[in-house]
Amino acid sequence: MEKAKYKTAPLQCWNKAKELRRKYYEDYARAHERGGLRWAGGAWSFSAIPSGLGRDVWSLTSEPYAASIAFNREFSVKCLEAAEKAGYARDLCAYMRNYWGSVILDQYAFGGRFPKPDFIWQDHICCSHAKWYQVVSDLEGGIPMFCLDVAVGPYCEMAPHKLDYLVAQMHDGIEWLEKVSGRKYQDELLIEAVQNEFRTTATWAEICTYNKNVPAPLDEKTMYSLYVLGTLNKHDREVADFYAELRDEVADRVSRGIAAVPNEQCRLMSDTQPPWGFLSIFRYMEEYGAISIGSLYTFGLIGIWEDKPDGSWGPRTTPMEQGIGISDRDQALRLYADWTLSKPEWQHFYSPHLKTEMMIRIAREWKLNGILLHYNRGCEGLSLGIAENRLGLIEAGFPVMAFEGNMGDEREFDEARVRDRFDAFMETLGMKRIGRA
Amino acid sequence: MVTAGIDIGAKTVKVVLAEAGRVLGKSLVLAGLDSAAATERAFDQALTAAGLKRDQVGRLMATGTGRKGCHLTAAQITEVGAAARGMTHLLPSCRTVIDVGAEEGRTVRCDGQGKVIDFAFNEKCAAGAGAFAEGMARALEVPLEELGPLALKSQQAVPMNAQCAVFAESEVVTLIHNKTPRADIARAVLDAIASRIISMVRKVGFEKDVALIGGVALNPGFVAAMQRGLELELHVPADPEYVGALGAALAAADAGPTAGRSSGQEAQA
Repeated sequence: MEKAKYKTAPLQCWNKAKELRRKYYEDYARAHERGGLRWAGGAWSFSAIPSGLGRDVWSLTSEPYAASIAFNREFSVKCLEAAEKAGYARDLCAYMRNYWGSVILDQYAFGGRFPKPDFIWQDHICCSHAKWYQVVSDLEGGIPMFCLDVAVGPYCEMAPHKLDYLVAQMHDGIEWLEKVSGRKYQDELLIEAVQNEFRTTATWAEICTYNKNVPAPLDEKTMYSLYVLGTLNKHDREVADFYAELRDEVADRVSRGIAAVPNEQCRLMSDTQPPWGFLSIFRYMEEYGAISIGSLYTFGLIGIWEDKPDGSWGPRTTPMEQGIGISDRDQALRLYADWTLSKPEWQHFYSPHLKTEMMIRIAREWKLNGILLHYNRGCEGLSLGIAENRLGLIEAGFPVMAFEGNMGDEREFDEARVRDRFDAFMETLGMKRIGRA
Repeated sequence: MVTAGIDIGAKTVKVVLAEAGRVLGKSLVLAGLDSAAATERAFDQALTAAGLKRDQVGRLMATGTGRKGCHLTAAQITEVGAAARGMTHLLPSCRTVIDVGAEEGRTVRCDGQGKVIDFAFNEKCAAGAGAFAEGMARALEVPLEELGPLALKSQQAVPMNAQCAVFAESEVVTLIHNKTPRADIARAVLDAIASRIISMVRKVGFEKDVALIGGVALNPGFVAAMQRGLELELHVPADPEYVGALGAALAAADAGPTAGRSSGQEAQA
């Protein structure tokens, strides 16, 4: 093992992140004890909107919940087998199967029985999301559900009529929320939640930009435990405040030369969701001094970005920073729709070329030596087009290693072979194993 | 200096002893369940073939899927690197190496110095590997070494649609029941393997000269299927199953003084 090139230190706010996550799942489970409401929906589902029903409304977002199940491989296999026994095909979205299995088994991943939602608030980002909660509603005895259709094309082709289409559905959704909850909707709570979300998502993008530094202050395995808060509760003031605290700490790490991987010598990025049950592969990379500085997924699922005047990619300027005050529901919804539809991860549902362009941009600006692409059998939506991305990245001059796996079904991931591929990839990049400092 | 390349594969262990790029001795034994014992046996046999003693071997390097468990040396090179190093030594104009062994198929694109530019492996599936041919030979009740010559007698191409080695065996049984000539079934099996491998080759892209190595390259029916599919002449070296071990032996010679000098105590190459 070689002497470490850089200083390293644990993140000071790590335990706070863990506590916020724990509290999120507990708040949802105990909502009824507190006289509150529970809703379920995807992590993409315009979660600020149900906040207008009151401060005692808690959510369970499905993908991070399913990823938590996948991380617990023993429970995950039980869930997957329960879904299969119920007749659902093994090649469907792995998150969806884990989630359904948890509902079918009536077991909450964080203890106790599965807490039924009072209503479902969802949007249709992909084919699986379109069906996911229809099945959940059926399995749970007919939970009322509202879905937003978001198929308005990529943000670079945004037009007023497209925004109108989504905003009109949001207005309908608010009327529906009042009806199913029996509560009067509070626009001031909506405005507050939307502003929190602007802050959360711009700050996360800013945090990611600090990884342009060599050495990078954060590694992707650590980032998974931080970005997740944005997939749970990005409209929440606590999360927005936490990201500001995290941003300050990361900036401080950069100023003091604190590295995530003390022997950093090879900078990589991954692609889409990782195999959650096998995050140890990121630690294996470190034996070569290799760090994954993030991915379009970790950067762009939560972060909202824009082109900066110097041509670089950075956090999108929030309406508050632009001096735009929000005075009514329609304005809040319109700004919210426009903001969210610019999410980078949303773009490649429409074209793999848009994804390739963003990945090349990251590879250049974050000074990468290579890229890892996960042919993720568990997510049709985000895996579609990866072969195209590979060609584009190679053409742009970046070495690529592709591996097959599944974000949520451990039965489809061969850890030993992926490590072998990684060994070969490091060899092609001229990297020697130096051990973990 | 004499160097040893030890290729611990899924089915066999190969050892090549080399000096100044010249092969002095080689050996191949079945890996079985005790790969350490098989490695010892293969190493001893190669030494005997070369007329050498262990202390005359200056450096060792392991490769193959079992390389990390090699008890004779901790110095390693991946199968990808070894294939490129070995094949460009034998054929300097080689730019693409297709390596098909018992467990894995892989394609490696390299430059004139044997440096790897890109590579791909088959994934978690036997349908593009030697184990598939072995299973199908069993289903056809033909010795493995006769499967290739039998396929060359085929008069017609019969499609084999199963994507899975297990289902393919059922398909072979169905073809037998349908009285399909065995030569045509043998060709169908080898065409199916070649089709999987060619798809991987095209993914990486190929540049001439293209070499085919690994144990399955000894099967003339498979070579013919690959050449038909790729529409080009493949270079198959003598002893194609030893190219990985040769590459490891050459890499041991290339490596600095920290590469494996004696068993068990070497630094990583």
